[in-house]
Amino acid sequence: MRRRKIEEFIFKGLMIASTVVVGLSLFLIIGTVVVKGLPYLNWDMLTKTPDGGYYFGRSGGVLNAIIGSVYIAGGATVLGMIISLPVSIYLNIYLKKENRFARLAKLSFDVLFGIPSIVYGAFAFSLMVYLGVRASLLGGVIAVTLLVIPIMVRTLDEVIIQVPKELKEAVLSLGTTRWEMAKIYFRQIRAGLLTAVLLAFGRGVGDVAAVMFTAGFSDNIPTSLNEPAATLPLAIFFQLSSPIPEVQGRAYASALILSIFILIIVTLSTLLTNKRRKNS
Amino acid sequence: MTQTPHISVKDLNVQIGDNHLLKNININIPDKCITSIIGPSGCGKTTLLKSLNRLLDDIPDVQISGSVLVDGEDIYGPKTEVTHIRKKMGLLAQRPFPLPMSIYDNIAYGPRIHGIRGKTELNRLVEHYLKAVGLWEEVKHRLHGPASALSIGQQQRLCLARGLAVEPEIILGDESTSALDPISTKTIEDLLIKLKENYTIVLVTHILRQARRVSDYIIFVYMGQIIEFGPTEEVLLNPKEELTKDYVKGFIS
Ligand SMILES: Nc1ncnc2c1ncn2[C@@H]1O[C@H](COP(=O)(O)OP(=O)(O)O)[C@@H](O)[C@H]1O
Ligand SMILES: [Mg+2]
Repeated sequence: MRRRKIEEFIFKGLMIASTVVVGLSLFLIIGTVVVKGLPYLNWDMLTKTPDGGYYFGRSGGVLNAIIGSVYIAGGATVLGMIISLPVSIYLNIYLKKENRFARLAKLSFDVLFGIPSIVYGAFAFSLMVYLGVRASLLGGVIAVTLLVIPIMVRTLDEVIIQVPKELKEAVLSLGTTRWEMAKIYFRQIRAGLLTAVLLAFGRGVGDVAAVMFTAGFSDNIPTSLNEPAATLPLAIFFQLSSPIPEVQGRAYASALILSIFILIIVTLSTLLTNKRRKNS
Repeated sequence: MTQTPHISVKDLNVQIGDNHLLKNININIPDKCITSIIGPSGCGKTTLLKSLNRLLDDIPDVQISGSVLVDGEDIYGPKTEVTHIRKKMGLLAQRPFPLPMSIYDNIAYGPRIHGIRGKTELNRLVEHYLKAVGLWEEVKHRLHGPASALSIGQQQRLCLARGLAVEPEIILGDESTSALDPISTKTIEDLLIKLKENYTIVLVTHILRQARRVSDYIIFVYMGQIIEFGPTEEVLLNPKEELTKDYVKGFIS
């Protein structure tokens, strides 16, 4: 009896300790960003591109990076979805679960999911060299698309698995084809689809390694796919490397912008997930 | 058997991996009657029912041999179109699974995929089949509301109507009332009894009283084999086989 009580006590202690560690580090990270960034966060940061000498403390903002990040993450999310949705529908609805190809494909996506994003950046970069594409918006979109496809396929996989087998049987019993079946699945997983989109977008917006060589950097808002594009994570990196306190402060302000961005996305996807749970 | 068979199962064997789930099934299921499949859980009732509808096809490592003739056509024949077979049979599952759309679209879904597009015709079908399951009065004011908002009992009737709307000849039910309250159960049972005028009905049930209430014939399955088949009263009150006797008396469950 005593032993079980002690065990219980120790595990409870460990659980509380780890919760505190996680909570504290989150608090410290957000706190640092807010404390150091908030004084430098102003309307110009959000609405202006860098003026000449911005990186030496002159006026301007990071609108170029905000727009660049949205373009790259948005384009990659759309492209990624166009590729991932048919892939997961094919793997889950057309192929039997135990199909060797389906299993191999899913394993590959799991492996791809775990690969660090710098590898995607390097791969996309060599692809670009081969194709003769310069560091540009297009390059960034390609690299981030590669990065988000495994995320999307896995998320969709989880969502599709939750569709009850009996619904599938009920629909098949009406004499549907596989394609009609897929359309029913599509309706059933709409909320999950949005979760996948938001997750992928969030990852794409925040990733630095994939865009480092592929998207380049520019103080202008890109007007075509061939122009280099700035991204928020890179903007943070460049500003933070500066010895000038003003510029470093702006790095934290940019980080604050990015964090708020991600916070909104995570909140949205959590809300959606909860709604989905409730509905099913 | 005085009745003409609607479904003829010949030497059906079903194996999943090394598991021999159905062994040498031979049965003639009579036309326009309710036939209940009874037996202890895990004996293969669901498997037998699904084999009639080719719903076993997607299970990994499944091996099916023998034949199932519906109106003389082998549903496992190489030239048979599976969608065509399934259209002939409506399935009523253990729990209702309405499609993720409105009440109206749930009913209209089947007719639509089979090529009926006209608005007036669809309206007519929706009303007709909702009336057939006694749901019309309850839902006619919210036809375009989500089907998921209905009660479980109403959803099950909706699923029945959805199945009927593709004009099947056969209705398959797998413990279709097990998730329902007694009143909804009675409603469904009464509906099935009414429907047998026009449909051949095969039900899986583990409730003997239900089998007695609704069915004309009973199939007793034990460990993947058909032990006894005959008219309801005979099988339940005067079984020929020892195993059936034990099951009916509640010795095996
Ligand atoms: N997909 C499957 N894969 C492997 N075994 C299965 C599968 N489905 C059913 N079985 C097995 O087949 C046997 C009969 O199942 P089932 O037909 O569902 O029984 P019942 O409906 O009579 O309870 C059970 O032992 C079950 O474990
Ligand atoms: Mg069963």
